[in-house]
Amino acid sequence: MSEAIKAATLEYTTRLGDDSVVLGHRISEWISYGPFLEEDIAYGNVSLDYIGRARMFYTYAAELANDGRDEDDFAYMRNDREYRNLLLMEMPKGDFAYSQVRQLFADVYYTYLLPELLKSKDETLSAIAAKAIKETKYHLRRSRDWVLRLGDGTEESHKRTQKAVDALWGYTHELFDMDETEQLLADAGIGVDVSRLRDAWLAKVTEILTEATLTLPTEEWAVRGGRIGYHTENLGHMLTEMQIVHRSFPGCKW
Amino acid sequence: MTEIPLMPVEQYERLQLRSDEAVKDLWDLLDAVKDPEVPALSLWDLGVLRDIKRNGKQIVVTITPTYSGCPAMNAMAEDITQALNDAGFSDVEIKTSLAPAWSSEWMTQEGRRKLRNYGIAPPEDAELDEDGLTPDAHALCPHCSSRNTRRISEFGSTACKALFQCNDCNEPFDYFKKI
Repeated sequence: MSEAIKAATLEYTTRLGDDSVVLGHRISEWISYGPFLEEDIAYGNVSLDYIGRARMFYTYAAELANDGRDEDDFAYMRNDREYRNLLLMEMPKGDFAYSQVRQLFADVYYTYLLPELLKSKDETLSAIAAKAIKETKYHLRRSRDWVLRLGDGTEESHKRTQKAVDALWGYTHELFDMDETEQLLADAGIGVDVSRLRDAWLAKVTEILTEATLTLPTEEWAVRGGRIGYHTENLGHMLTEMQIVHRSFPGCKW
Repeated sequence: MTEIPLMPVEQYERLQLRSDEAVKDLWDLLDAVKDPEVPALSLWDLGVLRDIKRNGKQIVVTITPTYSGCPAMNAMAEDITQALNDAGFSDVEIKTSLAPAWSSEWMTQEGRRKLRNYGIAPPEDAELDEDGLTPDAHALCPHCSSRNTRRISEFGSTACKALFQCNDCNEPFDYFKKI
């Protein structure tokens, strides 16, 4: 592996880990607040899947970095400006409709991203994708069911779900942006060219939103910056809560 | 005509590993290590225990996680190390292998029987739906063997299970998902 490719792979793996840990933590905020017990448990399960992915990505990132850091250092010892997650993942949990719409956008994204990552020439990234693909099928079935149920539900649930779609739409454009690092890896057969996933993502999301009697936003606005560390104010607050125990008691074990 | 049950290739390959004389005693020793979440199953039954090698005095054990976020994996690694230490092997290394990804096909026949006796329906006791996912009904009830059952929740008490209820005996039960 050339040095340039290795550095890019480290950056890319960290980004994928950041997406997973941030979304996983956000979902975990629902635990004990779910509308009923089974849903509470479902959120816990989905959250664990994402945190598990993050652990695998960070463990690999630590191996590539080879500078004495471990997976925990990646998760707990970096500040918001050092995080490289997509902004969609860090948006607050909002109401139930808001979280389910965000989940639908993310689940459809991973439905198309993971089979491409599976083809990666990097064996570890491919292996992580192989595990995650199976989990994402279950995630998507759940978020799709909920968006259909809420969108095509009562007047109130419809209103809230539409509001969530409108509020989150501007954060979805960033999902398909490529930069030099990702282009280098896509050309090398290691990373995924996410710009090619947009049409499939849009078609699937349109299909589900339409079935849920929701309207696809036409307003053109987009917020970007997660991949270069420019975050919304939400991430800092989330990391404060996520990192405080580890930072207060370094090396502490259960 | 009677069908002859064939052993899945994955299980045949695993049995081959066990027959290696150099590490046979270690496989037998680790049969005592159970899944902390489903204590009816040994790690061998579950399929998480992939390989054991002797490297001089060092014992190298390879495990594969069931689900990405399975919180029991750390406990399993610690339990393996403890069991080997107790048997006098002080130098133990646990390796985690991600590829090939764990599949419920790796679970042993014995493990499937133990699961059912424990009150958990094993993966083959439900027909997957057209998407290859857990169906919304008809998993075999491990208590009364009825097919008249329904899914209560896709996500159960652990990542590997879904929750069902039997319409005949009314008992709820876990179904070990097929992945």
